[in-house]
Amino acid sequence: MLKKMSYSSFPEDVLEHVFSFVQSDKDRNAISLVCKFWFQVERRCRKRIFVGNCYAVSPRMVTRRFPDVRSVELKGKPHFADFNLVPEGWGGYVYPWIAEMASGYPLLEEIRLKRMVVSDESLELIAKSFKNFKVLVLSSCEGFSTQGLAAIAANCRNLRELDLRESEVEDRSGNWLSLFPETYTSLVSLNIACLGSEVSISALERLLGRCPNLRTLLLNHAVPLDKLANLLRQAPQLVELGTGAYSADMRTDIFSNLAGAFSGCMELKSLSGFWDVVPAYLPAFYSICTGLTSLNLSYATIQCPHIIELLSFCPNLQRLWVLDYIEDGGLEALATSCKDLRELRVFPSEPYGAEPNVSLTEQGLVSVSEGCPKLESVLYFCRRMSNDALVTIARNRPNMTRFRLCIIEPRTPDYLTEQPLDVGFGAIVEHCKDLRRLSLSGLLTDRVFEYIGTYAKKLEMLSVAFAGESDLGLHHVLSGCDSLRKLEIRDCPFGDKALLANAAKLETMRSLWMSSCLVSFEACKLLGQKMPRLNVEVIVDERQPPDLRPENFPVEKLYIYRTVAGPRLDMPGFVWNMDEDSALRLSRKGFRTI
Amino acid sequence: MSRPPPAIEEDGPSNVSLVASSSSDCITQNVSGLKERNYLGLSDCSSVDSSAASSLVDDRKNKLNLRATELRLGLPGSLSPERDPELSLLGSGKLDEKPLFPLLPLKDRICATLQKNVVSGNKRGFSDTMDRFSEVKSSVYTEKNWMLHGSGPDSESPQSVAQGMFLGNSGTNLKLSSRPSGTQQAIMKEMTPKVVAERPCAADGAHHNQAAASNNSSAPAAKAQVVGWPPIRSFRKNTLATTSKNNDEVDGKPGPGALYVKVSMDGAPYLRKVDLRTYSNYGELSSALEKMFGCFTIGQCGSHVIPGREKLSESKLKDLLHGSEYVLTYEDKDNDWMLVGDVPWDMFIDSCKRLKIMKSSDAIGLDSFR
Repeated sequence: MLKKMSYSSFPEDVLEHVFSFVQSDKDRNAISLVCKFWFQVERRCRKRIFVGNCYAVSPRMVTRRFPDVRSVELKGKPHFADFNLVPEGWGGYVYPWIAEMASGYPLLEEIRLKRMVVSDESLELIAKSFKNFKVLVLSSCEGFSTQGLAAIAANCRNLRELDLRESEVEDRSGNWLSLFPETYTSLVSLNIACLGSEVSISALERLLGRCPNLRTLLLNHAVPLDKLANLLRQAPQLVELGTGAYSADMRTDIFSNLAGAFSGCMELKSLSGFWDVVPAYLPAFYSICTGLTSLNLSYATIQCPHIIELLSFCPNLQRLWVLDYIEDGGLEALATSCKDLRELRVFPSEPYGAEPNVSLTEQGLVSVSEGCPKLESVLYFCRRMSNDALVTIARNRPNMTRFRLCIIEPRTPDYLTEQPLDVGFGAIVEHCKDLRRLSLSGLLTDRVFEYIGTYAKKLEMLSVAFAGESDLGLHHVLSGCDSLRKLEIRDCPFGDKALLANAAKLETMRSLWMSSCLVSFEACKLLGQKMPRLNVEVIVDERQPPDLRPENFPVEKLYIYRTVAGPRLDMPGFVWNMDEDSALRLSRKGFRTI
Repeated sequence: MSRPPPAIEEDGPSNVSLVASSSSDCITQNVSGLKERNYLGLSDCSSVDSSAASSLVDDRKNKLNLRATELRLGLPGSLSPERDPELSLLGSGKLDEKPLFPLLPLKDRICATLQKNVVSGNKRGFSDTMDRFSEVKSSVYTEKNWMLHGSGPDSESPQSVAQGMFLGNSGTNLKLSSRPSGTQQAIMKEMTPKVVAERPCAADGAHHNQAAASNNSSAPAAKAQVVGWPPIRSFRKNTLATTSKNNDEVDGKPGPGALYVKVSMDGAPYLRKVDLRTYSNYGELSSALEKMFGCFTIGQCGSHVIPGREKLSESKLKDLLHGSEYVLTYEDKDNDWMLVGDVPWDMFIDSCKRLKIMKSSDAIGLDSFR
């Protein structure tokens, strides 16, 4: 008789202890699949949950499986919501999650949300439900006001992080910042850069003065430059600073005050803000530039010479976000000054102008790819590109992991040869074997997708716009990209065939967005009905009169995502789940959960 | 599906000829500041009605078009935030993009599709036929009778724009089948400044319309925008608008930056957002809101229709709309709700935090209601 290996005799707490050294979600998921015993042990001690699509699973399912979670991260709307392609009211409400966690996770400490609708009620519920609440990060969220923030400030005694990055916050006035009690001293990170309204500077100063652990402070535009020095003196230990408006009348006392304050901040590694920048005040922080690893000048409308001068003081820069005022010349200087550069983002200063307003071309990117051996992450807006340049970049930087190129005019060909840019992007995917994220632009045929399907085996996220010729393009991607998780497509002639032929692939991905493509209603219905673990959601045009049947028309916006939670219950009238029949749909009142 | 032609149809042929003569002229016309022509009969007030109304309309249209064709450099905040101009070439809810003709069977569509390079950025049809009709969209719904306190005539009769509109437009399109893109471009500029551009692509010769477009129209004076392109987040767009305002020489717009406010409507399931800085008077704001929210009135009209009867007569529609009047209100900086139209426009945009379209019965309590 074989002696069975008995895992159940292995002490559970030892196993738990071992698991505690494994933090990554992927590894924890793998652990949970080893056997039932490990599944049980693992789930009871998992402390952190990441849900990449809040509709992939229901809140109750999460709290039932993982009873002792301390940190939750959720993402809501599809990425294209950032560019106004998702109508308001689409969904992504966090309230049901907060409600469920209020009872399921009283010890919850951290909530991180991205592209979700967060109401003041949600914030108030957070403030009163979690006694040990420490971290609130609201990234690109909306639906709340300063009233909700007031509830957080007043009630969360142990709050360490309040980060509102790029959220839309309604100003209900009232001095929410002053509601942090005088006894409150635990602030480590405060990001209010997105706030349109003013905050009380004196309250801020007092807050900084009593929080010795503050490391990150990102101010909003409303904080004037002449107040910055005092704030800095309250928090000389800052590691990350976002200035407010960086302009003032040129006065030597303001300047020297500011320069003095900056020189006291020896730990500063990251600078951002710089709205309305007056170049004469830039030298005020030169003294700390050698320590800078991250610089965000993407709101600073300073011209090339000033940028070059500034960069010459920043030899240790790893991340630079900048406007295209930097021009090719500035990028060449960057390539010389900043050999440690890992990430570059160049944003357009005048994206809607018909003509280029600056001398920024493909050459700038080529220079940086040559001069910066560690460059791995690029976001680049420009107006012209060539296959040669892309091939050069690919050969220079096979270590590229994120490459997003936006040629501003859709379908722009190689400016030298008038050819599509298939070969150039093909070189990128062929040489950069670890490429995880790619955004395409310019004139592209199905060939580029053939390259991508063949080479981009580690690609996780692909963004496509105004590209391709036929279903074959989509088919290459869906059948070839083994690691694909997120695919977003707009304005491409992709239709039903590729979608239906690769239906099973969709269950291996987080989501697929297709808008202004050629997918028919019938295909969506078929997909919805045949694939129970996918939600196939069609966003119909809300302005369409109700007596015209939308089934007769091409699907304008399609969002498909895998889920174990079935059709969601909070769809607005203009979002249709395709496995429901129309009678059911018409009678369903899409109720909105706050 | 045929519908009884409403009164507006008489304008149809004349609309067509107007368009025919002025489709690409419209572009140059605008630039040289000549009078705008309401060539689609898409007036916010019925052209049948009072002259006061039509002159108001023309006025609005003038302003609307001049702005549409103005050279604008880097003022992204002045674009409309509303979604779906990309769905409709005409970029407005008034002209819906659904043609009244049934689509071809699926496989035909696919075949037709695969044979050509299909454009994007507009409502792509599955065949050439569809393309033509899909360009000029029909609207089944009509005006709503906006009551702006202190502005506009009381009796603006709504039009059943759609059916006649569609017939007129399709006639237009068919006649101008050789130059639909020019029409589109002109139409786009007519309706709103923030619409989809059908960008004629050099490499794309197969598409029916595009071939025509490249023959006829030069690049439009102002660059019409595609929704969500280039892919820049709103926060960045708004900030850029503010800062580029300081740098920009070509300055036709009043006020800096963008001013997005939420617009809600009683009974509508979701909000919209508008950028108040893209309008220069109440009339423009009103017409834009009508386009955005017009469909909700129709939703309610629909519920009054006798089941089985698919169409509404024009008179019934008029009755309905007169019965369900809406007023436009706003919340000001003191958190009070006021009727829109009381104060000068500049003062209004300074203090308006959000807009709400209320039933006039609900608005009785508002202070300034007469």
